[in-house]
Amino acid sequence: MDTISIHAPSVPSGGAKTRRRMKVRLPAALALLPTALVVLIVYIGCMLWTVRLSFTSSTLLPKLDWVGLAQYSRLFANDRFLTSASNIIIFGTLFISGCLIIGFLLAVFIDQNVRGEGLFRTLFLYPYSMSFVVTGVAWQWFLNPGLGLQKLVRDMGFESFTFDWIVNQRMAIYTIVIAGLWHGAGLTMAIMLAGLRGVDKDLWKAAKVDGIPTWRVYTSVVLPLLRPMVVTAVVLLTTGVVKLYDLVVAMTLGGPGIATEVPAKFVMDHLFERNNIGLGTAAATIMLITVVTVLAPWVYVRYVRPQGRHA
Amino acid sequence: MSAAVPQGRRPGRLTVGRIGVYAFLVTAALFFLLPLWIMVVTSLKPMEEIRLGNILALPAAMTIEAWSKAWSSACTGLECNGISVGFWNSVRILIPSLILSIMAGAINGYALSFWRVKGANVMFGILLLGAFIPYQVFLYPLVRIFSLTGIYNSLTCIVLVHVIFGLPTMTLLFRNYYAGLPIELFKAARIDGGGFWSIFFRVILPMSTPIVVVATILQVTGIWNDFIFGLTFAGRENLPMTVQLNNIVNSTQGERAYNVDMAATMLAALIPLVVYFVSGRWFVRGIAAGAVKG
Amino acid sequence: MSTVSVRDVTVAFEAVQVFDGLSLDIQEGEFIVLLGPSGCGKSTLLNAIAGLLDVAEGQIWINGKNVTWEEPKDRGIAMVFQSYALYPRMNVRENMSFGLKMAKTPKPEIEKRVTRAAELLQITPLLDRRPDQLSGGQRQRVAIGRALVRDAAVFLFDEPLSNLDAKLRNELRVEIKRLHARLGKTTMVYVTHDQIEAMTLADRIVVMKEQKIQQIGTPDEIYHRPANLFVAGFVGSPQMNFIKGRLENTGEGLSFLAGDRRLSLSGYPFITAPSAGQDVVLGVRPEHLEIASTGIWPGFTVDIVEPMGADTVIWCSDAVGSVQVRTSGSRRATPGESVTLHVDPTQVSLFAADSGERL
Repeated sequence: MDTISIHAPSVPSGGAKTRRRMKVRLPAALALLPTALVVLIVYIGCMLWTVRLSFTSSTLLPKLDWVGLAQYSRLFANDRFLTSASNIIIFGTLFISGCLIIGFLLAVFIDQNVRGEGLFRTLFLYPYSMSFVVTGVAWQWFLNPGLGLQKLVRDMGFESFTFDWIVNQRMAIYTIVIAGLWHGAGLTMAIMLAGLRGVDKDLWKAAKVDGIPTWRVYTSVVLPLLRPMVVTAVVLLTTGVVKLYDLVVAMTLGGPGIATEVPAKFVMDHLFERNNIGLGTAAATIMLITVVTVLAPWVYVRYVRPQGRHA
Repeated sequence: MSAAVPQGRRPGRLTVGRIGVYAFLVTAALFFLLPLWIMVVTSLKPMEEIRLGNILALPAAMTIEAWSKAWSSACTGLECNGISVGFWNSVRILIPSLILSIMAGAINGYALSFWRVKGANVMFGILLLGAFIPYQVFLYPLVRIFSLTGIYNSLTCIVLVHVIFGLPTMTLLFRNYYAGLPIELFKAARIDGGGFWSIFFRVILPMSTPIVVVATILQVTGIWNDFIFGLTFAGRENLPMTVQLNNIVNSTQGERAYNVDMAATMLAALIPLVVYFVSGRWFVRGIAAGAVKG
Repeated sequence: MSTVSVRDVTVAFEAVQVFDGLSLDIQEGEFIVLLGPSGCGKSTLLNAIAGLLDVAEGQIWINGKNVTWEEPKDRGIAMVFQSYALYPRMNVRENMSFGLKMAKTPKPEIEKRVTRAAELLQITPLLDRRPDQLSGGQRQRVAIGRALVRDAAVFLFDEPLSNLDAKLRNELRVEIKRLHARLGKTTMVYVTHDQIEAMTLADRIVVMKEQKIQQIGTPDEIYHRPANLFVAGFVGSPQMNFIKGRLENTGEGLSFLAGDRRLSLSGYPFITAPSAGQDVVLGVRPEHLEIASTGIWPGFTVDIVEPMGADTVIWCSDAVGSVQVRTSGSRRATPGESVTLHVDPTQVSLFAADSGERL
C-alpha cells in the first residue's frame, strides 16, 4: 500500500525494503501466531471436523466412514430433536420479543427523570450478572407447585389456584422463558437506555415546541433512532438463545419427559452420554447452519456493505 | 386574591402519569427482586418452616445452619464436602484464565491495531464470527484433541478452553480500545526507536487500565458463571462451582433440602453479585463493549 | 408594545441559582441577539422563554399574555436549534408538517404553509428527501422551514449556524436577515457566541456574562460605547487595546497618563464624575490608532506586522507595553522601525480600574 512511490521510476532497494519491513513486523506476526493457530485448529478445524463427523456412523468412538445424510434423516425423524427444535423456536421468539418489549419499556420509564434511577437500573440488571444455573435453580424453587408460588396463593385463600407449569408437559417451556426474561431483560434495558441517552436533546426540545405528545415522540422519532441498539440486542439475545443449555439443565433437566429439551442439550447428551457422535454432530451442524443463516444478513449489513461504500 | 397570576415555578402537573411511572417501575423492581428475596429467606429457614410456611415470609427461627451445611457438607453426588470444593476450584480456574485471556487479548488487540500483519484482519474476522457459533460445534473435536495430548480433564485443559473461547471478545475489546488511541503516539514511539514489545510494555500497556478493568469484570463474571466448559473439560477433580451447585440441587437421592440448595445457590452467585454491585456502571460498559461485537 | 418580556426571572438548576431576577423587554419585530461566551446563560434564557425550562421565580410574557406556566407549543413561538434537530426517517415535508398534524391543523392549510415556507427558503426540490440525504446548510434551512410553518410571532434561534462551516455560515446569516425583513413583524431572539453574527444581524445586542446582562444596545453602541471592560474586550477583533494608567489634572482639564503616554480628555463624554488621581483603563480600538509623524505618542517600535489583506495589523510597543494598530492593507512597516502613534481622543473608552465600568 505504502511501499511503491509512483514518482520513483525505479525502486532499486525494493527487495531490501520489504525484507527490512518484514523483520520489523516479525515480532508482531509471532505475537499473533498463537491466536492464528487457535483460529485454524479450533475455530475452523474443529468446526469442519464436526461437520465431517455428522456424515459418519460414529457412535461411541469417531469413525471416518461416509453414510451421506443418514444421520440427518434420523435426526429429523427423532422426536426428541423435533421437540428441541420447536422448543427453541418458541423460546427464541418469546424470549427475544419479550426482552425487547420489557427492556424498551423499562428504559423508557427509567428515562422519565425518576428519582432513584440508579437503584432501579441496578435492580433490573443484577440478574444478568448471575449464572444460568443460579437462575434456573432459583426459579425451579419458586415455581415448584408444592412449596412455591402455587402454595403461596392457595394459602392466601385461593384454594383452587393452579400454577404447575414447570411440571406440566405443555407449559414447562414457558417457565424457561420466564426465567430467561428475568435474566436477560435488564441487559436489553441497559442497551436501550444507552441509546435513549444518546438521543439529541435538541430533538426533544424541537418536539416539545412542536407540541408532539411524549408517547408519539418515542414511537415516531426515538424508536427509529434506536434501530442500531435493537439490532445489537437482537444479535446478542439470539446468541443467548442458541447457547441455551445451562438454564434448562438447572431448571428442568429437559423435563418433564422431553418437554423442555433444547438443541444444545440434545447435542451434549448425544456426544457425551448417549454415545451417538454421528447424531450429535449432525444436530450440532444444524445449529451451525441456523446461526449462519440468521447472522449472515447482519454481518453483511454491518461489515460488508459499509466497507464497500467507503472503499 | 392573586392566585391566578402565573408566576415562578409551574404547579405540579400530571400527577396521575407520574404515579403510573413509579407504579410500573416499582412493580418491575419487585419482579426482579422476588427470586433473590426468596433465595435469601429460604436459605435462612429450617426445613419444617419451609414445608409449612409462606415462601415469602421472613424466617421465624432464623438459622445459618443451611449456609454452613451448603458450604462444607452438602452432597454433590457421592461426595459430601459441600460447595466449598467447587468454590476453590472456580478460584483456581478463574485466576490463570483471567490473566492469560487478558494478556492474550491485549497483545492481539495491540498487534491488530498498530502493526500491519498480512492476513491479520482475515484472522480477526474469523475469530469474531467464531464468537457467534454455538460451542456445541467445537466441543467434541476439542475433547479428542485434548485427550490425544493427554491434558483432558485437567486444570490446564479448562484454563486453555477459557482462554480460547475468551479470545474473540477480549481481542475485540482491546482492539477497539487501542484503535481509539491516537496513532501519533505509536508513530512517535516508533521514531524513538521502540520495538514491538518495548512499545507494548512501556507505552501501550500503561494506558490500558480502563479497558483492563472492563475486561476483568467481563471475564470474572463470564468464567465464574460458566457451566458447559467446566462440565466438559475440567474433570471430576476440578469441577467449578456452577457444576457442583447443579449436582447438589439436582442430585436425586433423599429428600431435598431446599434451604441448603438456596444457600448453595447464594454462595455460587456471590462473587458475580459482588463484582456487579462494586463495579456499577463499569459492568454496564463492559457488557456493552463485549456485546457490540465489532 | 413588547412581544417578549422577561420579568425578574430566576432559574434554578438543582441547588444552583442562575439569573438573580433577570429582566428583559423585546419589542415587536425586533431582532435581538443574546451574545456571550459559553456558560454565560444565554441559552438558558432562551430555553426559559421557550418554556423548555421551568423558571423558579418571575414571569414570562409573550404577545401580551403571561405564559409562565404555558407549554412551549402554546406560547406562540418557533425554535431553531444548533444541531438542526430534524426528525430522522421523516422526509422534509413530514418534518415540516408533523407539528401541525399533531395540532390537528386542516390538511389544505398544512399544505399551504409548507409550500410557502419551502418557497421562501428555496427548499421546494428537497421536500421529499430525508434529513440524512441533505447537507448541513440544507438541514438548517429545513429546520428554519419547520419553524416558519408554525406562523409564530416569536422566533427563537439557539446558535443555529455554529455547526456549519465558515462559508455556509455567511450565506445562511444573510438568509436569516433577509427572512426577518420579509416576515416584517416577526420578533427574533437569536443566541450566539459569534460577535460577527451579533453585529450583523441584531437590532439590539444583549451581552451576557456569568448569568448577568452586561449591556443592552444597538451594535453601534455596543461597539463604540461598551459599558464595561468585559463588553469592550469581548466585542471587536482584533481586540481593543487596554492601557492601564490614571487620571491627572492638567491645565485644560483631565488627562490620561500612563508612562510617557498622555492623552487629553477634554473632549471625552464622561458619564460619571471622575476624579483626578483615579486609576483607570483606557480602551482604544486598533483602528483608532494611527501611525503618523504628527502623532501624540512617540517612542514606539514596530514588533510584528500581520498583513490580513484588506487591512494590516501592526504590533507596536514601548516601555509601557504593546498595542495593536490597524491600518490599511497597503500600509507596510518593518519590524524594529521607530514610529509615532496618533490617538483620536473622541473615539476612546475609559473604564474605572477597580469596577471595570465605563466612566
